[in-house]
Amino acid sequence: MHPATATRAMSGVSLSGALWSILKRDLLVAYRHRSQLANPLLFFTMVVTLFPLGLSPDPQLLSTIAPGIVWVAALLAAMLSLEGMFRSDFEDGTLEQMLLSPHPLSLLVLTKITAHWLISGVPLLLMAPLLGGLLNIRPESIGILLATLALGTPLLSLIGAIAVALTVGLRRGGVLLSLLVLPLYIPVLIFGAGAVSNAAAGMDVTGQLAVLGALLAFAFGTAPFAAAAALRISLN
Amino acid sequence: MLDTMWNWLHKLASPPMFYRFAGPAANGFGWLSLALLLPGIFLSLAGSPPDYQQGESVRIMYVHVPAAWLSMFVYMSMAGAAVVGLVWRIKVSHAFVRASAPIGAAFTFLALVTGSLWGKPMWGTWWIWDARLTSELILLFLYLGFVALQSAIEDRDTADRAGAILVLVGVVNIPIIHYSVEWWNTLHQGATVTKFDKPSIDWRMLLPLLLMAMSFTFYYASAALRRTRCEILERERNSEWVRELTGGIDAVQ
Repeated sequence: MHPATATRAMSGVSLSGALWSILKRDLLVAYRHRSQLANPLLFFTMVVTLFPLGLSPDPQLLSTIAPGIVWVAALLAAMLSLEGMFRSDFEDGTLEQMLLSPHPLSLLVLTKITAHWLISGVPLLLMAPLLGGLLNIRPESIGILLATLALGTPLLSLIGAIAVALTVGLRRGGVLLSLLVLPLYIPVLIFGAGAVSNAAAGMDVTGQLAVLGALLAFAFGTAPFAAAAALRISLN
Repeated sequence: MLDTMWNWLHKLASPPMFYRFAGPAANGFGWLSLALLLPGIFLSLAGSPPDYQQGESVRIMYVHVPAAWLSMFVYMSMAGAAVVGLVWRIKVSHAFVRASAPIGAAFTFLALVTGSLWGKPMWGTWWIWDARLTSELILLFLYLGFVALQSAIEDRDTADRAGAILVLVGVVNIPIIHYSVEWWNTLHQGATVTKFDKPSIDWRMLLPLLLMAMSFTFYYASAALRRTRCEILERERNSEWVRELTGGIDAVQ
């Protein structure tokens, strides 16, 4: 959408209308660039494929390390797709229009994060059972894997949004983004992979799922504000 | 009383005032650090008993533990200064945050190296994926991420505020990372000094430990103020007072 159209669209409309139009627009843009949509997913699959090749095809070993592999791959795939969250909006000026809009920036950012999750996180969720099967995760544990990914991938988008917002104005933000975001992803990795490992060992997983849920709730309430503040700084 | 203190703080926020104050203050803290370091080193190397289990290698503790404390203390002071800088838009505190980061990273690195040296005789390995070691390593990553972000952004003002946001996000995450890693795996010994009711450490060991910790803290204060001074000079190189200070020589861009 042309920046001027975006402003006109936003100045006259209600908050819910603005949020809805952002969501619709982001999904539409993603749909029009389907190949870009597929890339992180392809990456996710390839990374997972590399591990059996690099380690050993032994099903026993694979099922032990599978939760970690799937989660690390999901982390990297989410990180790769992060850059796209604000990049094109920054380049064509839409982001500045959003900053100028009368609606709270944190909510607009939250909508963009939601769109990013729908575009990048949900496909990972759909792909995960297949990859879990390839890595010999037992069918009972696949449900837990999905549950952790369902709680964890929005968390990755939320945390990632802050780091993307900090680096959006930089010409070469890619590697820097990974340096900033990966340490912050560690708790998600620990609880996500830990829950699946526990499930495979027949242990209780409610603790890890509860922590992931708590982290998600916390990030949901705070990360949009931090990302909005970071965007204001980056765009100066 | 409160008014005069507030006024003084207010004045300190101006770069030339801070510059003038920080010089002698850095010297004072530096001497204080040295004065505590000498007895601290003597007591930790010679004046304290070897541990009944760990033998002489326990002496690594007198560097390791203060360095680990400082690694967290520096991050906390950076976070405090970042809030002040963001809320009141005080340039000096942004300069302080930027000046502190490499020192904090150095302490974190020191804690990791001494921990590794201590781990070899105690646990029989240089590195182990233990909770505290891992979260210390992640803390190092956080410091390095901050430095990388600061050096990637060319505009100083943007770099300052973006860095401040990153430090605050980091400070919220440090406890989360710490506890998640703790749940994940624990081999490290528990805290021994902070158990106030009955510390499980002998006072002959506690005394040098505290001396070293205070010395490290004053060293940090001294080094951070000194670096902040340089940072201020660089930022204000085109201002009147810096020109006067340098005798009218035009600063080279």
